Amino acid sequence: MMNESRRGFVGKAFGAVAAVGGVASLLAMKMTWDPLPSAMSAGFTKVDLSGLEANKLEIAVWRGKPIFILKYTEDMKPVDGRTVKVGDHYYSVMIGLCTHLGCIPAYNTGEKDFTCACHGGSFTLAGVNSFGPPPRPLDLPPFKIDGTTLVLGEEGPEYKAMMAKA
Amino acid sequence: MAEFKPANSAYEWFDQRLGIDKFLKVMMTEYWIPKNINFLWAMGVLLSVMFTILVVSGIFLLMYYKPDVNMAFDSVNYTIMQEVGYGWLFRHIHAVGASIVFLVIYIHMFTGIYYGSYKKGREIIWISGMLLFVLFSAEGFSGYMLPWGQMSYWAAYVITEIFGGIPLIGGDLVVWIRGNFYVSDSTLTRFFMLHVLLVPLAIIGAIVLHFYALRFPHVNNEAGEFFDFDKEAQKYLAGDKKSSKVVPFWPVFLSKDFFVLGFFLLFFFYLVFFHYDFAMDPVNFDKADGLKTPAHIYPEWYFLWSYEVLRGFFFEIAGISGKALGLMAFAVAQGVFFVLPWLDRSPMVKPANQRPYFKYWFWLLVVDMIVLTVYGKLPPTGANAWVGFASSMTFLLLFVTLPFITRAEAKKVGGK
Repeated sequence: MMNESRRGFVGKAFGAVAAVGGVASLLAMKMTWDPLPSAMSAGFTKVDLSGLEANKLEIAVWRGKPIFILKYTEDMKPVDGRTVKVGDHYYSVMIGLCTHLGCIPAYNTGEKDFTCACHGGSFTLAGVNSFGPPPRPLDLPPFKIDGTTLVLGEEGPEYKAMMAKA
Repeated sequence: MAEFKPANSAYEWFDQRLGIDKFLKVMMTEYWIPKNINFLWAMGVLLSVMFTILVVSGIFLLMYYKPDVNMAFDSVNYTIMQEVGYGWLFRHIHAVGASIVFLVIYIHMFTGIYYGSYKKGREIIWISGMLLFVLFSAEGFSGYMLPWGQMSYWAAYVITEIFGGIPLIGGDLVVWIRGNFYVSDSTLTRFFMLHVLLVPLAIIGAIVLHFYALRFPHVNNEAGEFFDFDKEAQKYLAGDKKSSKVVPFWPVFLSKDFFVLGFFLLFFFYLVFFHYDFAMDPVNFDKADGLKTPAHIYPEWYFLWSYEVLRGFFFEIAGISGKALGLMAFAVAQGVFFVLPWLDRSPMVKPANQRPYFKYWFWLLVVDMIVLTVYGKLPPTGANAWVGFASSMTFLLLFVTLPFITRAEAKKVGGK
């Protein structure tokens, strides 16, 4: 009996130590696959909006994705929840990947809309899907307005207001 | 320590220490295989040979391949293809081999389904086989990323994106798998590790399990007949080879297999030398560009059926989005073959054509998977999308109705 319970105790103690070690090493292994600090810090992109031309699409790169920045002319109408005002001008800021299968739509300066060459989807200048297979408007990237600088990757009050309306 | 007598020959010296005689008997000369089989029973050996060919050609590619986003494309398309002596040959063997290994896997799998080889004590063989299918799929997917062409990149992008559909953790999981917010250098290097080390190790383990699981229930035969292997083996060993229902694995069974293997390898090397282009998508000869999507993205032929199930649901049903439905159907399609031994409620082990209801189910499944494969490659627009939807639904319904069909069959044949 004495021997049995001793063996049982040793077994349980070993099991407990092994379990703690196992969980700790799993956590360490999980963390080796987390994005590296350099990848995390590259997760913010700054764009100066002051030099942009109206009705000409600017494409910035943020986290490997194309970001459409479109400055509106006088006759382009802002859309509530999709257009942001910086200074005196309105802008569309959105992720330039078709919500159908992730192709990059092209901007038509004449018609003032976007068409996707892959499966024929269309979006208005504010990125609202207007024709074809795309199931929803172009996604909005989290952004913050800092003077005339657009900071992509950080959630500012303008972004939160837009998300609340969307 | 055990006692050892002085050895009379080098063979005996090794035999004393390693039990070579006994080992060869257990593994080869007294491992019994049914006599009543056909060329479809050679697929296991074909797959073992193909896996070896892939490992060997992979070793040669590994010596020049560079798993870095700036160097990967050129290390394959310039260094290996143009500079390394016969580098092109090893690449073509590897690429064609990856494609053909799936062809043989599908034949192997559907042979098992046709002859009911997953039933009555053979469940672990079936499950370990399906596990091998999943592991080979992971191996194919991770390997496809390595040349870092446009198809490599966008296949990696679309497939990792699939995990984003998992509720709550999806978004974080995608970033974790990629090691970045997009498919990047860290993604390439970790999938390189998976492709050359972890997945092959898992495959070797699963192959061992697959072979071992075969030892007790033994190999099935063309008639689905049950018999006493020990009794038949005794008969064979006593010299009554004619009436015995079994033959030894070596030399009898393997010599038949090698004959089939001979034809197969002629076909394989014909493809390697004269038709390798089917395994070399032209789009993948453009270097990966994360800001330029190819007009039409499609996987290699062996993934098309499950890709089509993923795409098949393109509209909302009962408030669930088409994307979510597609993901659920895709997840079901990946897992449903595993439970086949339990979905088939008929105890009958016979070739499908001798089973009154199952034969319709079997051929319908084959036709449906061919339709899915064909439409998986076409752009999902107009009528194509509806064919995709119908064939995806058919695929799911086939598995939902299988228990009812086979139960009715069991009733009809009186539980035989």
